[in-house]
Amino acid sequence: MSFFPHLLLALLEGTVAAAVLALSALGLSLVFGVMRIVNVAHGEFFMLGAMLAWWIAKMVPGGPLAGFLAALMLAPALVGLLAFATERLLLRRIGYDPEATIVATIGLMFVIQQLALSVFGADAKPVAAPFTYRIAFPWFGFSGYKLFVVAASVALLLGAWWVLARTRFGLIMRVTQFDRETATAFGIPVNQVYAAVFVIGAALVAVSAVLIVPIQQAHYLMGLDPLLMSFIVVIIGGLGSIRGSVLAALIIGLADGVISMFFTPTLASIIATLAVALVLVVRPQGLFGVPAR
Amino acid sequence: MLQIRDIDCYYGEAQVLKSFSLAAEPGEILCLLGRNGAGKTTALKAIMGLVRSRRGSIVLDGTELTSLAPHEVPRRGIGYVPQGRRLFSDATVMENLRVGLMTRHSGPQVLEHVLSLFPILRERLGQRAGTMSGGEQQMLAMARALCIDPRILLLDEPTEGLMPSMIERIRQSVLDLKAHGVTTILVEQRVDAVLPVADRVAFVENGRVTGVEPAALLAADRRLIDRYVGI
Repeated sequence: MSFFPHLLLALLEGTVAAAVLALSALGLSLVFGVMRIVNVAHGEFFMLGAMLAWWIAKMVPGGPLAGFLAALMLAPALVGLLAFATERLLLRRIGYDPEATIVATIGLMFVIQQLALSVFGADAKPVAAPFTYRIAFPWFGFSGYKLFVVAASVALLLGAWWVLARTRFGLIMRVTQFDRETATAFGIPVNQVYAAVFVIGAALVAVSAVLIVPIQQAHYLMGLDPLLMSFIVVIIGGLGSIRGSVLAALIIGLADGVISMFFTPTLASIIATLAVALVLVVRPQGLFGVPAR
Repeated sequence: MLQIRDIDCYYGEAQVLKSFSLAAEPGEILCLLGRNGAGKTTALKAIMGLVRSRRGSIVLDGTELTSLAPHEVPRRGIGYVPQGRRLFSDATVMENLRVGLMTRHSGPQVLEHVLSLFPILRERLGQRAGTMSGGEQQMLAMARALCIDPRILLLDEPTEGLMPSMIERIRQSVLDLKAHGVTTILVEQRVDAVLPVADRVAFVENGRVTGVEPAALLAADRRLIDRYVGI
């Protein structure tokens, strides 16, 4: 293949990565932005979403499409339930203290990881794509499912934007993020908002896992990469900002796709890390972040 | 009636309010006057439940407020205009007002009434709060609190940093609220800012109320003020 087809393929793969990354980073960004805590177990919610997707798809009869649709509904709900229990039994009890939360979620990360290993085993788990359709370019064929992943991610991101910008609950989340004390003084039950945001953040990353698992097999150690990449996106994009997360995910995803294709994946990681360092120095609140009160 | 009895409040281990007691009668304008750091703002935050008292009670019409979760206090009809306004500056004027309206599920008639008190806001509903002038932001902060349809309004230094014309506008708004039967507790540092509107003035020093006098008496006899605060 010549240069242009290579570039097109890299951009397509990068777009798929960016779409899924934006979704998983949005979950982390909401939690980070509204609750002002770092959820180190975010990647394990991703892994659990993928593992549950494999298990549900295997259990549901009726073929890959039925299994995928069941997984898309049930896996985020189950991960959300775990997040709800975590918020109630762990985070609320330590008063959402930022430092204690890091330690607690590191512990949770290992607990979820080891439980997944014990229950599901160490093998990689393949999940069949819900449909097989190949788009034929003159130089190569490209998976139609991957483009579906992009479309589904875009739809979910638009939905999240609509909720945040246009609904009562979105307004409550935004004002809680901006100033929790004043929000309380206007009758907003901040702890309940926190619980809802934590559940939504976990469910979003689980959805991204269900979408990606037919492309990338489920494995109990798969949570680390999405965690690191989500942090990179959140830091560059700005806390709690959807457009920041989307833009940063696009930059990171496309750059990763192109640099990995023409050079090496290691160089792509180095550049992403340098970009984070640059943003932290020049604009610590990120491209679209708002400093909290 | 709001009755505060012997509350003690702390920031960490530093005691800010010491056996703080105060009573506000229905429909009156009660001013808390005192120097910076005397405990006036903490007293308002204690009423709102934002700072918890370790002792004593705060009772509003028979309901003990200290036993409520902080977010339930405004739902009892207490509006709060914090020091420095603390608007949701990234949100629009209408969104700030919506936050107030949501507190007690106030209807559109409350919004209409509030906008009739501050007509300038009607023209700015889609504007981001953070882009307004200081005076307009103060009006919005008051309007947001009034959207609760409060029985009691707590105002923390509402005239701070405003032009004289805007200060007069705020004073007039406070008097309009009194005419509508709203009890107002107004925190100020300057005695001249409170005497034209207050019914009574409570002097606060070192976390305690050192005396409460009718504003008319203080206006007639300035030596009384000197006795309390030496200004």
